[in-house]
Amino acid sequence: MKAAVIQLPGLNRDRDMIAAITRISGRAPLTVWQTESTLPDVDLIVIPGGFSYGDYLRCGAIGARMPVMRAVAEQAARGVMVMGVCNGFQILLEAGLLPGALMRNASLKFVCREVKLEVANANTAFTRGYRPGQIIRCPVAHHDGNYFADAETLARLEGEGGVVFRYAEGTNPNGSINDIAGIVNARGNVLGMMPHPENLIEPAHGGTDGRALFEGLLGQAA
Amino acid sequence: MIKARVTVTLKNGVLDPQGKAIEGALKGLNFAGVGSVRQGKVFDIELETADRTRAQADLKEMCERLLANTVIEDYSISIAEGPQKPQDHET
Repeated sequence: MKAAVIQLPGLNRDRDMIAAITRISGRAPLTVWQTESTLPDVDLIVIPGGFSYGDYLRCGAIGARMPVMRAVAEQAARGVMVMGVCNGFQILLEAGLLPGALMRNASLKFVCREVKLEVANANTAFTRGYRPGQIIRCPVAHHDGNYFADAETLARLEGEGGVVFRYAEGTNPNGSINDIAGIVNARGNVLGMMPHPENLIEPAHGGTDGRALFEGLLGQAA
Repeated sequence: MIKARVTVTLKNGVLDPQGKAIEGALKGLNFAGVGSVRQGKVFDIELETADRTRAQADLKEMCERLLANTVIEDYSISIAEGPQKPQDHET
């Protein structure tokens, strides 16, 4: 199992992501800087969270136009697993690798708290470690997590099991349509999610509910 | 040189929480008759060309590829009228 973590200026959750992948897979991921136009041969590409380019223009907009993202798109088209968390999710949307957009939180406030997530589709490479409908805890920390898609896109996503995580038990922190917290593409190899599973993988974090995502993913790509 | 202004606004039907907050603040300042407020972005762009047709095409592509997220935003382009050089004519 080989993983790469993409790095852009302003991302700040890359070290957490690298630590989570290293801890669970026993192997440190490669890191790839934004200016690279090719990627090493890996099974998993992760775009971590943060505030690439200061969220200028729109969150993720500038980062999504960097050379490395063309390489990520090429690898995604080959079927390589791609996961974007928080700003990484925003970048995947801006790059057109996932449908829809993430807008300013309905409250207009930055939210940093724990939410409950329902595993809305456990039949993906990313969620196979969970039971269908399982409720897990997960931290969120974002200002622009308000997922939006037009009615047609939303119907297609819902119809094909594209919604993999939903905010549960009234914990939607951002006004996201249909309580959407994470989605996967039709092929099932590109996941974007706002919550941070990498921050809940060992007891010192206060819980381990994020661990099954990495165990399922890293185990299967081994 | 051509000076252009690109205006990006949220599509109708897309919730604009920032516009709503501004609307509430304007009403709080006792401005009578304030209806809906929508927030947008303005880009003033200078282009080193005199070819307005080409500029229009380039600006449209800039909007599609970066300035606007067409999932949620619309854009409009206006090119400033100004003294025209002899070779600068509409085609």
